[in-house]
Amino acid sequence: MWALQSKGKNSWIEERKQLGRALSHKQCHVQYNHHLEFSRGCQRLTNHRPRQLARLQRSVLPAYPSERVEYTQLAGNPTANAAIADVSTTPFSCFYHGKLPALLPAQKISSVENVKLLDRYTNRRAASGTLYLTATHLIYVDASAEVRKETWILHHHIATVEKLPLTTAGCPLLIHCKNFHVAHFVIGQERDCHEVYTSLLKLSQPVKPEELYAFSYNPKMSKDNREIGWKLIDLKVDYQRMGIPNDYWEITDLNKDYEVCSTYPPEIVVPRAASKATVIGSSRFRSRGRIPVLSYLYKENNAAICRCSQPLSGFSARCLEDEQMLQAIREANPGSPFMYVVDTRPKLNAMANRAAGKGYENEDNYDNIRFKFIGIENIHVMRNSLQKLLEVCETKSPSMSDFLTGLENSGWLRHIKAVMDASVFLAKAVKDEKASVLVHCSDGWDRTAQVCSLASLLLDPFYRTFKGFMVLIEKEWIAMGHKFSHRCGHLDGDPKEVSPVFTQFIECVWQLMQQFPCTFEFNEHFLLEIHDHVYSCQFGNFLGTCHKEREDLKIFEKTHSLWPFLLQKKQELRNPLYRGFTAYKELQPNTLPFSFQFWCGMYNRFDKGMHPKQCVLDHLLSCMNQKIKLEDNASELENKLPFLDGPLPSEACYLSKVGCAASKTSMLNTPQDYQGEPPAVLSNGISVGDANVTSDVEQKNKENLANRRDLHRNDSVDVLNSEAKDGKPQHH
Amino acid sequence: MSCSRFLGSVGTIIIKCKDLRIIQLDIPGMEECLNIASSIEALSTLDSVTLMYPFFYRPMFEIVEDGWSAFLPEKEFEVLSSVTDEWRLSYINKDFSICPSYPPVVIVPRSIDDETLQKVAVYRHGGRFPVLSYYHKKNGMVMMRSSQPLTGTNGRRCKEDEKLVNATLRPGKRGYIIDTRSLNAAQQARAKGGGFEQEVYYPQWRRIHRCIERFNILQESLIKLVEACNDQSHNMDRWLSKLEASNWMTYIKEILTAACLAAQCIDREGASVLVHGTEGTDSTLQVTSLAQIILDPDCRTIQGFESLLVREWLQAGHPFQQRCAQSAYSNSKQKFEAPVFLLFLDCVWQILHQFPCSFEFNEHFLVTLFEHAYASQFGTFLGNNENERSKLKLQQKTMSLWSWVNQPEELKNFQNPLFEANSLVIWPSVAPQSLQLWEGVFLRWNRPSRFLDEAEEEMRRIIDYNRFLLDKKLQASGEMAWIGSLGVKMTLSL
Repeated sequence: MWALQSKGKNSWIEERKQLGRALSHKQCHVQYNHHLEFSRGCQRLTNHRPRQLARLQRSVLPAYPSERVEYTQLAGNPTANAAIADVSTTPFSCFYHGKLPALLPAQKISSVENVKLLDRYTNRRAASGTLYLTATHLIYVDASAEVRKETWILHHHIATVEKLPLTTAGCPLLIHCKNFHVAHFVIGQERDCHEVYTSLLKLSQPVKPEELYAFSYNPKMSKDNREIGWKLIDLKVDYQRMGIPNDYWEITDLNKDYEVCSTYPPEIVVPRAASKATVIGSSRFRSRGRIPVLSYLYKENNAAICRCSQPLSGFSARCLEDEQMLQAIREANPGSPFMYVVDTRPKLNAMANRAAGKGYENEDNYDNIRFKFIGIENIHVMRNSLQKLLEVCETKSPSMSDFLTGLENSGWLRHIKAVMDASVFLAKAVKDEKASVLVHCSDGWDRTAQVCSLASLLLDPFYRTFKGFMVLIEKEWIAMGHKFSHRCGHLDGDPKEVSPVFTQFIECVWQLMQQFPCTFEFNEHFLLEIHDHVYSCQFGNFLGTCHKEREDLKIFEKTHSLWPFLLQKKQELRNPLYRGFTAYKELQPNTLPFSFQFWCGMYNRFDKGMHPKQCVLDHLLSCMNQKIKLEDNASELENKLPFLDGPLPSEACYLSKVGCAASKTSMLNTPQDYQGEPPAVLSNGISVGDANVTSDVEQKNKENLANRRDLHRNDSVDVLNSEAKDGKPQHH
Repeated sequence: MSCSRFLGSVGTIIIKCKDLRIIQLDIPGMEECLNIASSIEALSTLDSVTLMYPFFYRPMFEIVEDGWSAFLPEKEFEVLSSVTDEWRLSYINKDFSICPSYPPVVIVPRSIDDETLQKVAVYRHGGRFPVLSYYHKKNGMVMMRSSQPLTGTNGRRCKEDEKLVNATLRPGKRGYIIDTRSLNAAQQARAKGGGFEQEVYYPQWRRIHRCIERFNILQESLIKLVEACNDQSHNMDRWLSKLEASNWMTYIKEILTAACLAAQCIDREGASVLVHGTEGTDSTLQVTSLAQIILDPDCRTIQGFESLLVREWLQAGHPFQQRCAQSAYSNSKQKFEAPVFLLFLDCVWQILHQFPCSFEFNEHFLVTLFEHAYASQFGTFLGNNENERSKLKLQQKTMSLWSWVNQPEELKNFQNPLFEANSLVIWPSVAPQSLQLWEGVFLRWNRPSRFLDEAEEEMRRIIDYNRFLLDKKLQASGEMAWIGSLGVKMTLSL
């Protein structure tokens, strides 16, 4: 199983998902807080379900991929020969690409039997099974179920491990993960529990960067492919897309030795009018040398979004070069007589910084700037807010009132709204007022990154595609020095540096998806995958704190890039409702409070019982997959059957039919034509009612399907081949 | 749509509609403005039902199937009697003398004669003796509904009532009585002559109390919720605390929980259930109808849902005219106004949201029903019970909503493209994280819906195109088979 090929695994997941859909109706999440004792009914249910599952598997699933047996042998569990992992609890199929994770060395504990896994929300009988510790994962194999069910937890995902007071059942071990998975184990022996506890503490908080998963992760990919993977995202191409270099902006390598700013990338975009002396001078006046650089240029009117850190203005200091720098930025947009300078901090915080020799721009010292505060709270407030939110999510059977009050008190949605409001302000300034905006917070790597990237996303449909979103993250977050390592707590370090800044960005994108369901090429799972891997340390992209550090860590030589792996899974990560690149331009989201929803799919993601029992997304995705298969099928059949059109034949009209078919044979024999010339041919022989459908389809094809089709044709064949072999649709 | 109005000084009329929409009209000329305002005022507060729109509405469509006769109890009973012979139709109430809020025909256990029913009716609030609400074909368990028993403070009993209730039990089986009031409220009801079934007299029954709120509390909740949704301030905390303070979502959770409980008793416990509150015309109907949606796949089709509404709401005597008089913007306090039906629709929407592929109808259907319950050109929701409806001669004088809805071209708008018949019981989650504000009703007029509509359209296209391909494939393989057989024939003849 560990060496599973991507194709095999994908297809297997696909089938498992379908099975899951079939079964989801059978699920009974009995959580109606009642006074009845339904133990008998419930027990019957738990006993019953696995059997049904097993029966269904026999009938629905093909033979299990042979690789799976490897794992069974490894785990030393002879009874589990027909093992089947519960994909829902192992969401990172990427991990399967990895090499075999070795169990821990013999002197340490590597497996514990008779471990219970408690269900957080229901009082159903706890699962009982074996817990394995490998070098990279904690794996729990439920032995009580007739069907093998596995729960995988990546060590890097573990946020906290707690040993709770001993109970009669054993020693409880509570694990909180950074992806909001909460696992409550009960281990029989106190000694075992302690050993697992200490092992996990060590494993989840590596001290040296070399211990991170990315440095040992080996997907058996050739060196060339690995390098190509890193070159997939080229920021220069994105600047070219914006028309840079142009008369006003240039890409400079002033920072090639990290002398201007150690946390910026070697190449930065600055106004052509800013001389080297201006740039260097400005860097001395900005916290950590983070000078104003271009983040996004709105080609339509030359208004730009620029970003930097706070100025070292204190109470009265000023810097001529910095003033020149801002002037250069303003003048790079001749269409506007002024520019905005936006400080994303609350005013009070910014003022307090003046005492430390930092602060904000004095409007009197800079020509034609409009200065504005947008109060987004700092990383500590955000960390506490998330903590409170998670407490609410974890509450056992809360009342509606508890939940809503808790949600309000956490302040989480208030902060999400603040980030969104700021981004909307930026986008409006650029688009409607045609004014350039310079954004900063304190160091310009948290709030500034959030706001600049979201504003770009609002302004430019490219960033709402797979590739564009990757570029956006590479550009605004990775290259510009968002301290992923510290914010995500990759290594054992200062817990006060940890903060869900990137999580908030991801959530803002999700909130936008709720308001604009057809404007994103990708779906919610794509966001969740990225969020997982920001913490997983499986890929090199998010390691370290800035470009320089990543070079020092040699991540480009030693690790893999996440993006090619995500692109491989495009089929399951795409948004079926996407209407294409040109369908929508700028987005103007509603930011009234009711437009923000609690994201159950993120914060209660592993509590399946809370999610809709039937998933529209999955349904549509399988429709899309089925569609390509049907289209192929149709052309195939047409090849075999030159007289498909016309009424259903009866023997009497057979001869005449052959005659009329002949005229159309040439078209039908070239199924590829069908792509360019939508179903005019196919529509023959269907009823008038169906004809409407056809014209719809036709129109749709013309509008936006051209590129989508290519995508399907190229990528989905694997999935399709593995889908029901008899060609029978799974649905309808 | 009728409305209430506030008059500004500069000739502005603000119309607040029952569907929660607010329209502002700027009218030049003070006098015209006043005239229009008073006309609207007069026309929106008609005294007599017979002056209402349904009595003047002339349909522009041809009636294919008359909605008034689409869901007759006799037809429904035919279906039931094909599975079991333990039940019978009783015409005891044919002149509405036994129970004014019941329909002329009800379904009761075969073993209970009309004489007994007559005695039971006296013992139950408003004469609403226990009648059959739902028969669970899977295991033969039933759901009955009634009003509270009139035990009073001295614990009066009625042997006939016990006999009737017990007649629904299988030998040796126990049943559950779901009282939609809290135990406290039920006990207090005794002082007013009401009460609940006492264990001593109903030893085979176990009573469970749920707490579903009543009229004015629900109405206040709706008013608060709508007020919160119309608040244009950008303060997140204020929104969340107003949403919480409205308690609307709490009531949704409570009603759904009670319905799930009833469904659980029937399907999982294999026990029969009797549901009642005080009058048995509000919370009782919410619970019995939602339980049926959970249990019975038929109720999740358009026809089935209509039939459910007719059976469990219209014929069962939910006083629509009293409950759905003014909606959320009423100035005057209407004593009997309450969004009981809207809460029910909201709960259905919550289940629909969790099982998006299991319903033949879509959200638009539910929103339409909400609109028509409050204001309609059709007579369906007029009157408070069948008795009043027959006196108003609605069947003769007005058009049925179902006549319009069930036309093929209208039905198209109400169909859920994702629907795939699901014959299973569907268990919704009642966790707060799983329940959402029904944006389609409460935020409908407060934000543009263009992008969501487009998503809906896109979804429909994807599915329609798939169906088209599928049909095509079937057709093609049919021909292949035909050719195959032809080939065989030709070889044979050769």
